[in-house]
Amino acid sequence: MEKELTKLFEIFIASSLINNFVFTRFLGLCIFFGVTKKVETAVGMSITFTAVMMISAALSWVIFNFIMVPLDLTFLKIVIFIGVIAAFVQSSDTIMRKVSPGLYYKLGVYLALISTNCIILAVPLINAGEHYTFLEGITLGLGSGLGFALALVIMASIREKIEIADVPLPFKGLPISFVTTGLIALAFTGFAGIITS
Amino acid sequence: MEQNKQGLIVSVSPHISSEETVPRIMWTVSISLLPALVMGIYYFGPKAVYVTALCIIGSMASEWFVQKLAGKEITLADGSAFLTGILLGLNMPSTVPFYIPLVSAFVAVGITKQLFGGLGYNIFNPALIGRAFALITWTRAMTTWAVPDAAFVAINAKTTATPLGILKEEGMGKLLEVFGDKLSLYKELLIGHRAGSLGETSMIAILIGAAFLVYRRYISLRIPLSFLATVAVGAWIFGGKTGYFTGDPIIHLLSGGLMLGAFYMATDYVTCPTVKSGQILFGIGCGFLTILIRLKAGYPEGVMFAILIMNCFAPLIDRNCRTSVFGAKKEKK
Repeated sequence: MEKELTKLFEIFIASSLINNFVFTRFLGLCIFFGVTKKVETAVGMSITFTAVMMISAALSWVIFNFIMVPLDLTFLKIVIFIGVIAAFVQSSDTIMRKVSPGLYYKLGVYLALISTNCIILAVPLINAGEHYTFLEGITLGLGSGLGFALALVIMASIREKIEIADVPLPFKGLPISFVTTGLIALAFTGFAGIITS
Repeated sequence: MEQNKQGLIVSVSPHISSEETVPRIMWTVSISLLPALVMGIYYFGPKAVYVTALCIIGSMASEWFVQKLAGKEITLADGSAFLTGILLGLNMPSTVPFYIPLVSAFVAVGITKQLFGGLGYNIFNPALIGRAFALITWTRAMTTWAVPDAAFVAINAKTTATPLGILKEEGMGKLLEVFGDKLSLYKELLIGHRAGSLGETSMIAILIGAAFLVYRRYISLRIPLSFLATVAVGAWIFGGKTGYFTGDPIIHLLSGGLMLGAFYMATDYVTCPTVKSGQILFGIGCGFLTILIRLKAGYPEGVMFAILIMNCFAPLIDRNCRTSVFGAKKEKK
């Protein structure tokens, strides 16, 4: 039992800090740069993203292990995962709009962006590739979601500061954000090697 | 300061007349680093001068180049590029080939500082980014430490590991074997007779410089003290091999770049939080990450990465530790 908990903890730390999707694998950059202009939107995106991440990790794990593996369909996993996640995100978008319009206006705007995000696809693929158990899969989803949330919030707070800086004209806006991301990634390499499994 | 059409001076607050100016602070801080530099030269010989000079030339040239390119006023005289250069030099091993100081100086000043708008706008400490860049790009060259050799003439090519490196790879026993007993280990660490970056080894020299800065009120003790205290407590609790609360905090305090980092890098006005409670939080965060990286991660030394990671959080800390406006009333919910 303790060994399992250690493994879960390691997966969580590894996916949120050491192998942070934005800073070491450079995935999910479209949302990362799209919603980090203000801290408030970054926080909204973070909450929605982490929730969707966990649910889709669980959903795709069930489909992979109970449908695709028995039917020998694992070679189709990319197509099937995209379909499942897109369908889930779109249906939750519709349901949320009907059931709780208030929540929809706060968080629903981010849902459309999420359905095509690469981190959302990467997590089920990693789960399938590493043969994780259900709990491990969800932990990976949670870790990746919170790691992405951390990246979004840090980046948004830094960009609010850069906004008033006297950046040379060719680097204003997106370019300087890319440079910043590179420098944050440089700082985050310090975490390398914390988990040696 | 700009004068407008009516001849009035328009500037931002604080409107306090004082003799302190940016150039004055920058040059004073540079001078306060002299003891550390002299000790570096004493132990590592002429190569220390060479490396530091290359770093200073590199960072001043990059500042001039980027400002020229961007069509801005050239601000070499304010001393900030000089200070970054000397800090970067003090953070290099004395054995590096000539291109490493030059390239990292460009990364430090050209990219980390000037690209973000120059002095006052950089998010990260320029010297530390330069060092981190060099460490990752030329890992081998940046972790080859010359054996310190007294009396300004070090020319031997022997290399060795830093005390922290030995502590991490081979443990306390080996460290005592190299330095004799514990007391002489502490003494050697304090004076700086050990392998390491050329300006970080001598704690006494750094503390003299830092004391001068504190006396002139250029740095406050909030960040350094909370930083050092967290490292000491963390090392004491988790540093021991035999169980909790058996670690040796003194070794962790005296080795690595901790003193240089805590007094000169973490206190950088631009890249640390401006709110007082935020500064203490910043120091604690730096200390926690330093101990985490030193004890758990792949690198033997974590001060640099710890400060850089906390630099990322500084804007967030500032945002969430806002002081209440004088006379404002709390909004009732």
